[in-house]
Amino acid sequence: MKSATPCQALQASGINASLGGAHILKDIDLTLPAGRWTSIVGPNGAGKSTLLKALAQLLPHTGSITLLSQSLATLPARMRAQQLAWLGQNEVTGDDLTVWDVAMLGRLPHQAWLAAPSAADHAAVEQALRATQAWDWRGRTLGQLSGGERQRVLLARALAVQAQVLLMDEPLANLDPPHQADWLHMVRGLIAQGKTVVSVLHEISMALHADDMVIMAAGRITHQGACSNAATHRALEQVFEGRIAIHALAGQWLALPH
Amino acid sequence: MTDVGRQLRLASRLELGLTLSGLLLLLLGASVGSTGFESVLQAWSDPLALQIVWDIRLPRTFGAWAAGALLGLAGALAQGLFRNPLADPYLLGSASGASLGVALALVLFGVSPLATEWLVRLGLTGAAFAGAVGAVLLTLVLARGVQHTLRLLLAGVIVGVVLGAMTSLVMLMSPEVLQSMQAFMLGSTGFVGWSAWGLMVLVWLACMAVSWLLSPVLDGLSLGEATAASLGLPLAQMRAALVAVLALATGAAVAQTGLIAFVGLAAPHLVRSVTKTTHRRLIFLSSLMGGVLLMAADVLARGLLAPQELPVGVLTAVLGGGYLLWLMQRSTRSVSGTGL
Repeated sequence: MKSATPCQALQASGINASLGGAHILKDIDLTLPAGRWTSIVGPNGAGKSTLLKALAQLLPHTGSITLLSQSLATLPARMRAQQLAWLGQNEVTGDDLTVWDVAMLGRLPHQAWLAAPSAADHAAVEQALRATQAWDWRGRTLGQLSGGERQRVLLARALAVQAQVLLMDEPLANLDPPHQADWLHMVRGLIAQGKTVVSVLHEISMALHADDMVIMAAGRITHQGACSNAATHRALEQVFEGRIAIHALAGQWLALPH
Repeated sequence: MTDVGRQLRLASRLELGLTLSGLLLLLLGASVGSTGFESVLQAWSDPLALQIVWDIRLPRTFGAWAAGALLGLAGALAQGLFRNPLADPYLLGSASGASLGVALALVLFGVSPLATEWLVRLGLTGAAFAGAVGAVLLTLVLARGVQHTLRLLLAGVIVGVVLGAMTSLVMLMSPEVLQSMQAFMLGSTGFVGWSAWGLMVLVWLACMAVSWLLSPVLDGLSLGEATAASLGLPLAQMRAALVAVLALATGAAVAQTGLIAFVGLAAPHLVRSVTKTTHRRLIFLSSLMGGVLLMAADVLARGLLAPQELPVGVLTAVLGGGYLLWLMQRSTRSVSGTGL
């Protein structure tokens, strides 16, 4: 483990990326502080998921990205995978793996090739499955789960990596309110351990629970600031063309249709 | 005992069951044929009976296991690589390539698959193998590599159709090869000798070793390509190696036994209907399953109408297809949706 965690988890500069010929990300410069939870929001098609994929090195892109002071362009994939976990949105998954085997895949970056899972791997998988309340179904297959249950298993898979930096694309998709609340507590727990969490969220009220917010529109970052900051709220209302308004209620920020 | 433990126990039991039924079928395979069980009893005293058992029945029984094991392995690989439960070993055009190779060899050399000289057999085997591997290479060129799964599937279909049309053309222009081609396309375990068996076992060992090494990538891929890449897996290289294994295993089996239907498709499904496991175990189990399936089909093919013999490919198609249909019915009726 590193003795001194760098104060920046991810730093990207001059990121451009295209998907199927369309220019999606345009000259993105972004610094994400370590040990904090940042949520990325913006209208549909703003390039949020694409940005997350570029940060995880899952997309060809120009520009440079550093992860915990290491250049991602030269960092071996396995080393990267140990330090950065990524949870995708609407990934098509097979039905035949058991919940346990899916979560164990998160340990792949830590395992020697062909080695049997170690006690640490078993402990990490159990902890991750318990954290998302998926432990009881560990012998079931993905095909036997509902959409929300499946999402909790995939979340556990990402948690099992125990990476320093965790990128999540719409992690709350299909989750019912109690499990959304559980997810919030879990993220808070990760931050308390010094981990960095970056999440793309379409539900603005949820996104406002984060420490910081990155607002995107049309492939660019229009604002970055603390979620409690009034300037962030104004930027949010502006990027959604005044169709939402931010209110304070019971010590939380709430985005309501306007 | 947890559910996880239950799945592991089921897998071990399946392994044991498949090994035991393999041994049982081996005994059956030695004793079924046009001269019946007496040949085994007389083998110690009668050199002709010994020859029937040792040179004909045993190599084809062992050979049926090896070819089935290769097809089962290739089927599990194909379904994992293409993340499609309907994928089968012939998907990348290897079947039509092998057919075209055999058709051309038959026309050019005027040989018949009933000819027993080893040179002729070697020529046909070589042609089938070259055709299978050539077709897969053509598919890879058309798909511009292995990175894009859908493009690879489409290219495989196109190569299959075009080479199939060319085979038909060859057969139309030289009708005298029709009957020999028919035998090849139905598939038969009747021509497998000890050398062919040895070759298939060697290929099987190599393919099994590589699959064993690379199987985690198939587990990763079942969560989506991006997730697999995010786990730090070198997808491009591993996929290329697995496609090579798929082509080699299919090519080796097709070259020795012709186009045996359904074993590669059905074997992984049969295994999954018993236990859900990671690809490392799944590939091994479907290989065992494929071997047992083809051995059983071979025994039936020899025994059902003895002393007449049915083409084994017809039996695998009927039995495998029937079983898959039953599995499909069962899985659509059950709530959990297991099986297919």
